Amino acid sequence: MSQDTEQQDPVAQPAGIVERLVRDDVDRKRFLKVVGGTSAAGFGAFVLAACGSSKSTTTASTTATTATTAQSGSGTGDVAILNYALTLEYLESQFYEKVIAARLFNGKVGAMLKDFGSQENEHVLALKGTVAKLGGTPVSKPRAKFPIENADQVAQLAYTVENLGASAYLGQAANIQSPEVLAAALSIHSVEARHASTLGTLVKKPVTPNGAFAVPADMSTVLAAVKPFLA
Amino acid sequence: MIDKTPAHPELAAFEVHGMTRSSFMLRGALAAGAVYGTAAVGPFVAQALATTGGGDAEILNFALTLEYLESAFYEVKGKQVGLSGQAKAYAQEFGMQESQHVAALTGAIKELGGTPVKKPTFVFPATNEKSFLALASVLENTGVGAYNGAGPSLKSKKLLEVAGAIVQVEARHAAAIDLLVDKSPTPNGGFDLPLTKKQVLAAAGPLIKS
Repeated sequence: MSQDTEQQDPVAQPAGIVERLVRDDVDRKRFLKVVGGTSAAGFGAFVLAACGSSKSTTTASTTATTATTAQSGSGTGDVAILNYALTLEYLESQFYEKVIAARLFNGKVGAMLKDFGSQENEHVLALKGTVAKLGGTPVSKPRAKFPIENADQVAQLAYTVENLGASAYLGQAANIQSPEVLAAALSIHSVEARHASTLGTLVKKPVTPNGAFAVPADMSTVLAAVKPFLA
Repeated sequence: MIDKTPAHPELAAFEVHGMTRSSFMLRGALAAGAVYGTAAVGPFVAQALATTGGGDAEILNFALTLEYLESAFYEVKGKQVGLSGQAKAYAQEFGMQESQHVAALTGAIKELGGTPVKKPTFVFPATNEKSFLALASVLENTGVGAYNGAGPSLKSKKLLEVAGAIVQVEARHAAAIDLLVDKSPTPNGGFDLPLTKKQVLAAAGPLIKS
């Protein structure tokens, strides 16, 4: 099969996702379509960020490359999924670190955001340990950059990030092979949902933005959405 | 092209002190992150996997009973108690969503060739907004644990996606209600606790009259 020559070395794949994501450009139209399709107002921040980082007009082939990368990533099994989740948790954890360092919140809200940050850090440790024990190599921590301006803007961004995290876990549930890994992913998934809901109350946005059934997001959609936050 | 074959399928059945090797490895992994209390996930995972129970239709029927309960609680009891403000708004919104879960699960059970359970009758020990919200918190958090516990036992990946889409909404409800009653929106910390069928019945059973 000639297509096989295009496949990446599965071992090197997980680390490659983030690197290629930073290098490759995102197809702006496709991205806007995907983001628009979620109909969540909170995604506005992502749209702006993505447009800002899109340097040139992209072609269909770069989109295809991005999609192939993500798909072949999931093709390497649970380790690739765990590494993908680990990347997202690293980003969330760094986000909260920066938010806390900026001292924009105090009192009850400040304490809550600190809690959320340490929970994301627990997710990082659990995922990292699981990848290693399954015989894989945990991806390295990506360098994150987040716009941290004021309390309102940060709370909105947190709401967006947590909703994305929840939809990312939901998008992988059916791809996970091991029941043990699935049980762990589910126990993290609902915590991300709790974070998203809490932040919804904070920014006066819907706690259930998609109604009765949460909407999953696939790997390429999520990676495109987080691309602006990779330094 | 997703490779469905595990890297070492022969290891999966290998038991270490009553645990399969893969479960053992995961426990080890989680224990390794013992700083920050990550080790606590190990028992949770073992507990989720201890949830056995018939086929998919049976699992969905169990979920359907819980959704009937939640839906009746918000839509019937909520009106009886007389709620106001945010509590009233949540009861209306969440009640409607629980009804949608009822409809979805009923449809899925029929599709599987199963018979959906009939709507039970319930008795809710809530007399005012305060006791209503306290019970809402218990019900929503129990719902999250029930779905998380049953999820890995579902054979159909399609149904797992449906259950996942529902549990995420239950978790969102739980957090919103908990915040309203001044409780932590993450009562289990970084990892939600999966519940066995037995534990769910212990919490919800007394509310089911027939």
